[in-house]
Amino acid sequence: MTGSIVFTLDGREVGAADGETIWQVARREGVEIPHLCYTTAATYRADGNCRACMVEIEGERVLAASCIRKPTPGMVVNTATERAETARRMVMELLLADQPPRESAHDPQSELWRWAEAMGQLTSRFPARAAPPPDSSHPAMRVNLDACIHCTLCVRACREAQVNDVIGMAYRGHGAKVVFDFDDAMGESTCVACGECVQACPTGALMPATLLDESGVRTGYADKQVNSVCPYCGVGCQITYNIRDNEILWVDGLEGPANQGRLCVKGRFGFDYITHPHRLTTPLIRKQGVAKDALDDIDPANPYTHFREASWEEALDVAAAGFKRVRDRDGGKALAGFGSAKGSNEEAYLVQKLVRTGFGTNNVDHCTRLCHASSVAALLETIGSAAVTAPFTDALKSDVIFVIGANPTENHPVAATFFKNAAKSGATLIVCDPRGQALNKQATHMLRFKPGSDVALLNAMMNVIVEEELYDRQYVAAHTEGFEALSQHLKAYTPEDMAPICGVDAETIRTVARTYARANAGIIFWGMGISQHVHGTDNARCLIALALMTGQIGRPGTGLHPLRGQNNVQGASDVGLIPMVYPDYRSVEDPDIRAEFEAFWNAELDPKRGLTVVEIMDAVHDDVIKGMYIMGENPAMSDPNVGHAREGLAKLEHLVVQDIFLTETAFHADVVLPASAWPEKDGTVTNSNRQVQMGRKALDMPGDCRQDWWIVQEIARRIGLDWNYTGPAEVFAEMRACMDSIKGISWDRLLAESVVTYPCDSEDEPGQEVIFGDGFPTPSARGKMVPADIVPPDEQPDDEFPMILSTGTLLEHWHTGAITRRASVLDDIEPEAVACLSPTDLARLGVAAGETVRVTTRRGVIEIKVRRDGKVPEGMIFIPFCYVDAAANLLTNPALDPVGKIPEYKFCAARVEKRAMAAE
Amino acid sequence: MSGNGRDEPFAFTPENVERAKAFVDRYPRGRQKSAVMPLLDLAQRQTGGWLPPAAIDHVADYLGMPAIRVFEVATFYTMYHLEPVGRHVVGVCTTTPCWLRGSDEVLETCREVLGIGVGETTGDGRFTLTELECLGACCNAPVIRVDDDYYEDLDADAVRRVLEGLKRGEKPAPGSSIGRRSSEPVTGLTTLQAAQPPQGS
Repeated sequence: MTGSIVFTLDGREVGAADGETIWQVARREGVEIPHLCYTTAATYRADGNCRACMVEIEGERVLAASCIRKPTPGMVVNTATERAETARRMVMELLLADQPPRESAHDPQSELWRWAEAMGQLTSRFPARAAPPPDSSHPAMRVNLDACIHCTLCVRACREAQVNDVIGMAYRGHGAKVVFDFDDAMGESTCVACGECVQACPTGALMPATLLDESGVRTGYADKQVNSVCPYCGVGCQITYNIRDNEILWVDGLEGPANQGRLCVKGRFGFDYITHPHRLTTPLIRKQGVAKDALDDIDPANPYTHFREASWEEALDVAAAGFKRVRDRDGGKALAGFGSAKGSNEEAYLVQKLVRTGFGTNNVDHCTRLCHASSVAALLETIGSAAVTAPFTDALKSDVIFVIGANPTENHPVAATFFKNAAKSGATLIVCDPRGQALNKQATHMLRFKPGSDVALLNAMMNVIVEEELYDRQYVAAHTEGFEALSQHLKAYTPEDMAPICGVDAETIRTVARTYARANAGIIFWGMGISQHVHGTDNARCLIALALMTGQIGRPGTGLHPLRGQNNVQGASDVGLIPMVYPDYRSVEDPDIRAEFEAFWNAELDPKRGLTVVEIMDAVHDDVIKGMYIMGENPAMSDPNVGHAREGLAKLEHLVVQDIFLTETAFHADVVLPASAWPEKDGTVTNSNRQVQMGRKALDMPGDCRQDWWIVQEIARRIGLDWNYTGPAEVFAEMRACMDSIKGISWDRLLAESVVTYPCDSEDEPGQEVIFGDGFPTPSARGKMVPADIVPPDEQPDDEFPMILSTGTLLEHWHTGAITRRASVLDDIEPEAVACLSPTDLARLGVAAGETVRVTTRRGVIEIKVRRDGKVPEGMIFIPFCYVDAAANLLTNPALDPVGKIPEYKFCAARVEKRAMAAE
Repeated sequence: MSGNGRDEPFAFTPENVERAKAFVDRYPRGRQKSAVMPLLDLAQRQTGGWLPPAAIDHVADYLGMPAIRVFEVATFYTMYHLEPVGRHVVGVCTTTPCWLRGSDEVLETCREVLGIGVGETTGDGRFTLTELECLGACCNAPVIRVDDDYYEDLDADAVRRVLEGLKRGEKPAPGSSIGRRSSEPVTGLTTLQAAQPPQGS
C-alpha cells in the first residue's frame, strides 16, 4: 500500500501519502473523479472552487471537494454514491447553462465537454447569462469568455506559475469575470504571451488562435504529437509539437526538469518560421561574374540576383573543392569554420571534427565567443569547469538569489519564473543591473549601478564580507586558495570609496553583501551584462570569488550559474566547438591529450590553439584566412562592428554557408547549402543546467533541404575524410567514447528518458545536478580566488560621443532575428527596430517616442525609431541587435576582453541626434 | 472633479502620504498589503471620488502589490468608483428590508428630483445616483447613503428635503428623518425608560 494514511475508498482499503488528496489517491487507484478547476500539471495548487469533484465522506453532513480534501486515517470515502453523482451532475448543468452549445462550442473537445459527456449531462435547464463579446485583439491567442467557468486556472497560471500578474478575477457576483490588467483587451494588456493560461484553460475560453476558424469554433486538431525540446534559449524547455499535415498547429509545454510545463512566447508561438517563404530549399551557387561586396543586400525572397540553383552534387563539389584548394595551397591555417549553438551536439561535434581533421586547423569557434567566453575563461581558470554548478531551478531551494547583468524575464523567461516563484515564497532576490527590468517587482534589492562598474561593486561587497569577517572560514580553509592575497587586494575597495564609482550607496552595498554572505543558501546568476565587457573575465572572477569566500557553492540552492544563451551553447562548447579545446574542454596544446585525439580520430592535429570568432575576421582582413565554412551562424549581424565583419566575409576567396535562410552572412557566400530546421531533425542539445535532452524529428524537410549532419559528412568525404555515419545516434556514440562527462548517457537512454544531466558516470545513475560538494577539478582540488582591478570600459563617453550604447535582445526576438523576425506572432508583437531611451534624454533631445533618431559611433551610423523607456538610465541608449534594418552591431566596439576574447557589446560611446537636425 | 482625468498621473499629496503611512503602520511589518482598502479610499477622496488607473497603480506600487490585485479589490467593492462621479454620490439601498419599507418610492423620488437614472451623473456634475445592496441599517429602513452619511427612516418627502438641501449647497442633518436617535421603536421606548438603570438588583 502506498502511504501510511489508511482509509476506505469505495469500499476498498487504500493508503495515502502525507499531503496527498483524496483525488490523487483515487486516480492512483484507478477511480476517475471529474475535475475542472484542478489540474495535475506540476506546480499548480488545488483550489477546490468548481465543485466538479465532490465526493461523500461518511459521517459528514456535506459533500467534500476531493481535489483539495486530504484523507485522515479511518475515513470512509464514497465517490460514486447517488448523492455525489447527482451533485456533480448539477454542478455541470449549472456550468453548461452559460456555455454555447457543444456544436458551436469554441472547443467541443475541451475538458469541460469531455467531462460533460462522461457524466451524460450535455444540456442545461437554467437560463444563460448574457454572453461576453469575443476578444481577438492578440496575435497569438483568442479569448472567448462565454466559455469561461471562472475556475481561475488562468489566474493561477499567470499569477502563481509564471508570476506575470496580468490576469485577474475582477468585479463581483454576476458581474465577476476574468480580466487582463484593468479589464483591457488581451492584445492591449501587458500580457507577455507565455500562453500558460491557454495551456491551463479547461474550457476553450482561452485558445491558441491557430486552432479557431473565423467564427471562433475549433477546426484545428492534431494528427500527430511529438515530444522535443524548444530551439530558442539555454533554458531548454521540453515541448510537445501538435502537428497536422506536416505543420505545427500549436505547441504545449511538457514537464521537463527545466520548465515544468512552462514556456515563453517564443517556445509556444514562434514556430511558423519553418514554413516561411524565405526558407532555402535548394542549393545555391554564386553566379559567375557577380562580385562580392560588403554592402551586398540581397532580397532573401529572391536570391537569384546573385545566385543560381544547383544540384546537391554540384554544390557540394564546389564547396569542398574550394576548401581543398585553399588548404592544399596555403595550409590549414588559411581555413576556419563556425559551427552553431543552434544545432545539435552531434552537428557541432562533426563541424569541429571536420575543421580539425579535414581542414587541419583549430580555427573553429561559434557564438559562445560572443556571449559567455569570458565567463568560461574565468570558470576554467578558477574552478576548473566551465559549466554551471547547479541548475537554475535550485533557486527554489535558495534563500538569497543574486542576479547580476542579466535580464532573465526577457532572455530566459522560463528560468525567471522560478526566481519569481522563489521570491514570492520568501527568498530574498537581489537584482543588479544598470537597466531596470521586470524582476524589480519581485526584487528585495534593486541595484542600478553605473554601466561598466561591475568590479567596483563586487569588490566593495567582498571588502565588506572580509572586513566584517562574514566569510566562511572553514570553507575557505578547506576548499580554496588565494584568499589571503585577495583580502589584501580588497582593502582598497571600501564601499565608501566605490560608491561614487558604481553609483550605489555604501550602506546598500553593505546590506546586500551581508545578506548574501549570511544566507543559508545563496545562488548567483549572471548573463551578458557581466561577460560582454573588456573586463568580462574580471567580472566573472569577482562573482566566483564571492561564492568561494562565502562557501555558497556545492550545496543545493547555492552555486554559480551563468545563464547560457543559445539552446545548445553549453553542448556546442562541451563537444569542442571552440579553438582551444577538444571535446570535454581538453586542451589542444597539451601533447598527451593531442596524441589521444590523434589516435581516436586517426588524423594529425594542429598543435596550436586556433583563432576565435573576432580574431578570425581580423585574420581574413590580414589575408591569413581565405576560406570559411559557416554553419548556422550569422556573423554579418552578430559580430561587433559588422561593417568590418562584412568586409571580411566579402573578401573571402571561398565562403560556404549552411543555413535555413539566406542570412546576411550568406549574402557573401560562394555556395549556400539549405539545411534542416530544428523540428526537422533528431539530435541532442544541452541546456544551461547541463541537462542533455533529446530533440526529435517532427516534420519533413521542405524542398531539397538536407540534414545538417549529412551535409557536413558529404563535405568531409569530398575533402578526403572517410566518414560513414548513418545518423546522429552513431555520432553520439562516438562523442561518448571521448567524453567522460557523458559516459553514462546513451542515445537509447535519452530516447527513453528524454533528459539526463551530466556529469553522469554510468547508465544507472541519474546524473549530478549540483556539483563540487567537496573540491574542484583543479590541480590542487581547490577553487582559486583571483583578484580583479578596475579596468574601465574601452571607449568612454566624451564630448563628441557623450552617451553610452548598450545592446541586448528582446523577449520576442532571438539573436540576430533570422528566425524570429520570420515567425509571424513574434514579428507582429515587435515588428520594427527600436532604440530605448530614458524620458529625460528624450526630453533633452527634443524627440518624441516613435520619432526617428540617428545614432553614431566611431564605427557606424544607423537611424532608428525611439521608445520611451523608464528602465533605461539617463545617458544610455539601448538597442536590440536583432534588426537588420538598423543593425546595432554596426555601432558596437570590437575591443576584446584580453582573456575571454569577447567583444564589449555592452558599452561604447555614442551620439544620438534627432534625425531632422542630422539631415541638414 | 470634472473631466475624466483618465490619463493624468497620480501621487498621494504630502498629507495623504502621512495618512497612508499611518494606515500601513496598523499592520505588522511586511503585511503592508493589508492596508489596500483604506489606501484606495484615500486615493479616491484625493481624486474627487473615483479611482483612475493611475491611482490604482500608485496604490499598488506604494504597497508593493501587483496592480491586478489592487484592481480586483477596487472592482469588488461598490464604494470604489472606477468612473468619474458627481460631487455627491447618492446611493439608495434596495435590499429586502428597505424594499419592504418603501425603497421603490425613495428611488423614484431620487430619479425625479435629480433628473437622472441609476448609474448616471447630472449634467452639472453635482450628483451621481446609484443603487446599493444592504447598508446594514435595516432597523431604520428605508435608507440612503449620501457620501459618508446615512439618511434614514425616509419617505418621498424626506428624501426630497435632503436632496433639495444638497442642491442648495447645504448639508442636511444626517440620521433619522423622524427624530429617532437610534433603532429604538418608532412608537417610542417601551423598556429602559428610567434615566438611570435600576440599582442593586
